[in-house]
Amino acid sequence: MDLLFYTFAFLTLACAALVVVSKDAVNAAMFLIVSLVGVAGLFVLLDAALLAFVLLLVYAGAVVTLFLFIVMLLDTTPGSIKPFKLATIVAALVGGAILALGCVSLYQRAVLPAPAVAATAPTLKAYAQQLFTTYLLPVQVVGFLLLIAMLGVIVLSKKFEVKEEAS
Amino acid sequence: MNPIGLNTYVAVSAALFALGFLGVLLRKNTLVVYMCLELMLIASTLALAAFSHFNGTLDGNVFVFFILTIAAAEVAVGLAIIVALFRKRHTVQLEELNQLKH
Repeated sequence: MDLLFYTFAFLTLACAALVVVSKDAVNAAMFLIVSLVGVAGLFVLLDAALLAFVLLLVYAGAVVTLFLFIVMLLDTTPGSIKPFKLATIVAALVGGAILALGCVSLYQRAVLPAPAVAATAPTLKAYAQQLFTTYLLPVQVVGFLLLIAMLGVIVLSKKFEVKEEAS
Repeated sequence: MNPIGLNTYVAVSAALFALGFLGVLLRKNTLVVYMCLELMLIASTLALAAFSHFNGTLDGNVFVFFILTIAAAEVAVGLAIIVALFRKRHTVQLEELNQLKH
């Protein structure tokens, strides 16, 4: 259990770092997929196998594919990274030091409470029960949001003819 | 039984969020910036799932569903905007998209 957790956590974080540093957008998208597989493994360890499945389906299946499609469509060349100015470096060092101080202080003082409840693995029925009773209104709103997003994408991608010339 | 506690999961989530944030600040390609935004969203879902598991409730997991849905819609609209931008300006590098600055 421990070994699995550390493997998945390492996979997630290492590939996320590679997403940030890789020069080519296609490589970044590929590393994003591997990072998502790591997060899905962590979800399985958290007894949320359904969420892991949905994550892989939606993200690795749809979102990253869309990213790759757009990368292919735009055909961008990897840009050059300019060297930082001195003021930027100083500001980054000061900001990083303050952040590290905050993290250390948080780690020493704050302890999140240990689990009081013996967690049971949520079933599909439990999800459905929640989604169709307590969260019925948000489900409807999210469905409507998806419809609006679809219409928005169609409007954004369509090339409109200039109508003024005809009149 | 299982010594991996809530703290560890939240630490992983925070590290993932920080990496995504670093990417948003550092990268100049709009598409990669967008991928790093997705990383930040994923980090928040991981934290939600961990809190939900260790508190014995289902609410966090249901929230993850909503976040995934909204992320999918957001990616579709955002990429459409990027394509429209590329059509107009023929670049997606952030340092060249500075018309509002001048």
